[in-house]
Amino acid sequence: MELKHDETVSLMEQDVTALKAELSKHGVFTTTFEELYNWGRKNSVWPLTFGLACCAIEMIATTMARYDLARFGAEVFRASPRQADLIIVSGTVTKKMAPQVVRLYNQMPEPKYVIAMGACAISGGPFRDGYNVLKGIDRYIPVDVHIPGCPPRPEALIDAFMMLQKKISEQQLTGERRPRHLKAELPSEFPVPEYAEHGLEPTENEEVWNPLKVIQG
Amino acid sequence: MTAPTIQTEQVKAAIEAAIPGCQVEILLNPGPAAQHSLILDHEHAIEVARFLRDDAVLRLDFCSNVTGVDWLDSEVSQKVKVKKVVDGMETEVEETRKTTTPGRLEAVYHLFSMEKKHGPVVIRLRTGNRSDDVRLPSLTPVWRSAEFQEREIFDLYGIEFEGHPDLRRLLMWDEFTDHPMRKDYVPPADDEGPMA
Repeated sequence: MELKHDETVSLMEQDVTALKAELSKHGVFTTTFEELYNWGRKNSVWPLTFGLACCAIEMIATTMARYDLARFGAEVFRASPRQADLIIVSGTVTKKMAPQVVRLYNQMPEPKYVIAMGACAISGGPFRDGYNVLKGIDRYIPVDVHIPGCPPRPEALIDAFMMLQKKISEQQLTGERRPRHLKAELPSEFPVPEYAEHGLEPTENEEVWNPLKVIQG
Repeated sequence: MTAPTIQTEQVKAAIEAAIPGCQVEILLNPGPAAQHSLILDHEHAIEVARFLRDDAVLRLDFCSNVTGVDWLDSEVSQKVKVKKVVDGMETEVEETRKTTTPGRLEAVYHLFSMEKKHGPVVIRLRTGNRSDDVRLPSLTPVWRSAEFQEREIFDLYGIEFEGHPDLRRLLMWDEFTDHPMRKDYVPPADDEGPMA
C-alpha cells in the first residue's frame, strides 16, 4: 500500500500518541520538542500595549485582578512592538490610524499573532458607514482570531485568547503544514496603505483579505 | 437654573448703534427653544464679534461652540390662489409657484458670558454659494476657542476662514480632497468589497 506524505505523518502521530499513553501507564513521561516549544510559547504570549477605542477598556479590565489575564501567561503588555508577540486590535480602526496599525504589526518580530477584538475591528461595526472608518483590519493584516461583540466582554477576550493558545500549541515546526512564519517565502511584513485623495490606497491587500464572494449563476 | 436669555432684538439694536453700516439680520427659530440667531455680514463680522466680546453689558467672553451647516439648493413649490380674468369673468385659479433658494454653507457660533452668566447668543456667517465663493472671515482672533472648530469646519465642510492663524485639516489627512460632512459627499465605491 502506498501512502501519501500527509497520511504517513498522521499515522506516525497516532503511533506516537499511543506510545506515549502506553509509557505513561508505566510512569514514563515523554514529550516532543515541538510540544515543549509550543507549550512554552503559548504560555508566554506578550501582547502589545495598544488600544483604539472602547474595546480597549474591556481589554484593560481583562488584565486586571477580576479577570486576570496573567493566569494565561499574558500579563506582560509590552509598550514596544519589538518585544510583543500579539497585537489585540481593540476598537474602531480609522482610515487615518490604519497605516500606523499595519506599521506596528510590521515592526513585531515573528512569530506574531493578531486578535481582532469587537465589531469595529472585524468589519467597521456600527460605524461602518462612517467616512473615516476602515471596514475591518483583516483587509491589511492576517487576523488569527476574530471576536464579535460591541464591546466583547472580558470572558470573550479570554475565550479568544485560549483559542489562540490552542492554535499555537497545534502549530507544527516542520512539514508542509507549518505556519506562515516558518515558511521563508511567505511575507512577514505587509504593505502599509497610503493616504490618498479619497481614502486609503490600496483599499485592501488581496494577499491577506479573502472575503466570501457572491457568485451569480 | 438656566441662564437668563438675552433678547435678540436688543443685541441687534446694540450692534447697529455701535457699528455704523453693518448689516444684522435676525433669523427666527420657530421651535419651542426660540433660540433666534443673528446673521452678520462678512465685512463687519470681526468688528461685531469684538463688540460682542468687549461690550460692558454683553461681555460674551466665551465661544462655546462653532459648527458648520450645509444647505443644498432647494426648490419649494407653493400653491397660490390668484384672481384671474377668464372669459370676462373674474375667477380664482390655483397656480403653482416655485421658489429656488441657492445653496450655501454656514458657520454658527454659540456665545456665552462667563462674567455676566448669560447666553447663548447665536451668530451665523453665510457663504455666497457652495462651490467657489466659500470664504468667511475667521473669528479666531476674537475667540481663541474657535481655532480648532474652524479647522474642523474647514476640513469637513470646506469653508475657508480668512485670517485664521493655522488653517489646516483637523481630522482627515492633508492629502484628502473631499469634505465628508457635505450633503452631496459620496464615499469611495471600492470601500465595500465584493460582499456588498
